Amino acid sequence: MTGAPVRSARALGLCGCHVCGLVMRAPGPDQAAVCPRCGARVHLRKPHSLASCWALLLSAMMLYIPANVLPIMRTGTLFSKEDNTILSGVVELYRNGSWDLAVIVFVASIMVPMLKFLALITLLVSTQRGSSWASTHRAKLYRVVELVGYWSMLDVFVVTLLVALVNFQPLAEVEPLPGVVYFGLVVVLTMLASMSFDPRLIWDNDPSHADIDMHKGTSDE
Amino acid sequence: MEEMRARPGEYSMPPLIVCEHCDAVYQRRTLARGESARCQRCHAVLYRAPWLSVHAMLALTVTAMLCFVMANSWPIVALGLNGKDNASTLWGAIIAVWGAGVPLIAVLAALTLFFFPLAQILLFTWVLMFLRFHRRPPAFAPAMRAIRLLRPWAMIEVFMLGTLVALTKVSSLFDLEMRPGVILFAGLTVTLTLVTTFDVRDLWTLKQERCR
Ligand SMILES: [Zn+2]
Ligand SMILES: [Zn+2]
Repeated sequence: MTGAPVRSARALGLCGCHVCGLVMRAPGPDQAAVCPRCGARVHLRKPHSLASCWALLLSAMMLYIPANVLPIMRTGTLFSKEDNTILSGVVELYRNGSWDLAVIVFVASIMVPMLKFLALITLLVSTQRGSSWASTHRAKLYRVVELVGYWSMLDVFVVTLLVALVNFQPLAEVEPLPGVVYFGLVVVLTMLASMSFDPRLIWDNDPSHADIDMHKGTSDE
Repeated sequence: MEEMRARPGEYSMPPLIVCEHCDAVYQRRTLARGESARCQRCHAVLYRAPWLSVHAMLALTVTAMLCFVMANSWPIVALGLNGKDNASTLWGAIIAVWGAGVPLIAVLAALTLFFFPLAQILLFTWVLMFLRFHRRPPAFAPAMRAIRLLRPWAMIEVFMLGTLVALTKVSSLFDLEMRPGVILFAGLTVTLTLVTTFDVRDLWTLKQERCR
């Protein structure tokens, strides 16, 4: 796909359906249209995209604190009880020699949510400021966020399974603790936040709708 | 809110495609098998050439269905301690978590590991079954919208990795015994991942071709 200049659908008065791919005449800026083929709601741009993304993101960031500070599960044996946080779970895996899984859990549970926060803040702020800075990279960043976000649910499922399997009272037992609820909510909220962001907004400030300039704007900041 | 409907004649002619990620417009071209078209502006994949026939898609979906049913009928793994065994199915785990005082996690697990994947498989089976026999699938449009909506929320593959992590955590304390469920869940992960790579937009094209 080279050669022809890139035109945005909005500039041509068109709009694409996200469900069936049909290209139709665009509704007005704040109007809702229904796709004539599949009946899905079609918007020129997702309504209130930035506001709802901010709201969901900030709620997620607030819940992220108890999710990490509070223990997510209690492992009990006859002699001892131990509360585990997300981070202590990673450390424990590492100490027991499974450094590979420790890395995976660290990435999924700690790095991915943090990167998601940073990525969404970057996207929101740059879009609000009408920036056309590094559009291609920001678009890519958004796609990565969408792709990896749900893997953070890993620890929630680990706790779910351990609670069911480690059930040998009074010798050994695993109990879920409130931290895991906060963590589950963080994952759901960040997923909703990234879904409510409309990546098309990244390109609306692109100075040249008619052609692209790959060499511009990728190096500053 | 004012709604706008295009007349049937206004369907994209010549076939256009709009990049979902950046709103760039292109003319759709026929791709060779295995090829994919990328957006020139944002570099996202615009569309791929369908790589499976309706028959193959249906076969894969039915396989996913069988895996799903069986994976949920057998325990996944068992832990042993002092001669006592403790095995659990997915539902066993969901119920255990509910009983342990975190119903929200139980609901989350039930939705993302059971109901959403099940709905995905059922919807695909429904649609493909009719298309396979050149029939117009009843409720095709709502089914397509539901498939699209469910896609990010089915998390079987994350559960598979979670199982691996959970077992590693306890492997030094208990005897591990794999049960059929773990293999079947692995099978479900693979087949469902393949099923959900079907491009919903291709199903619209298929429907137009097969049902006139
Ligand atoms: Zn549509
Ligand atoms: Zn694009």
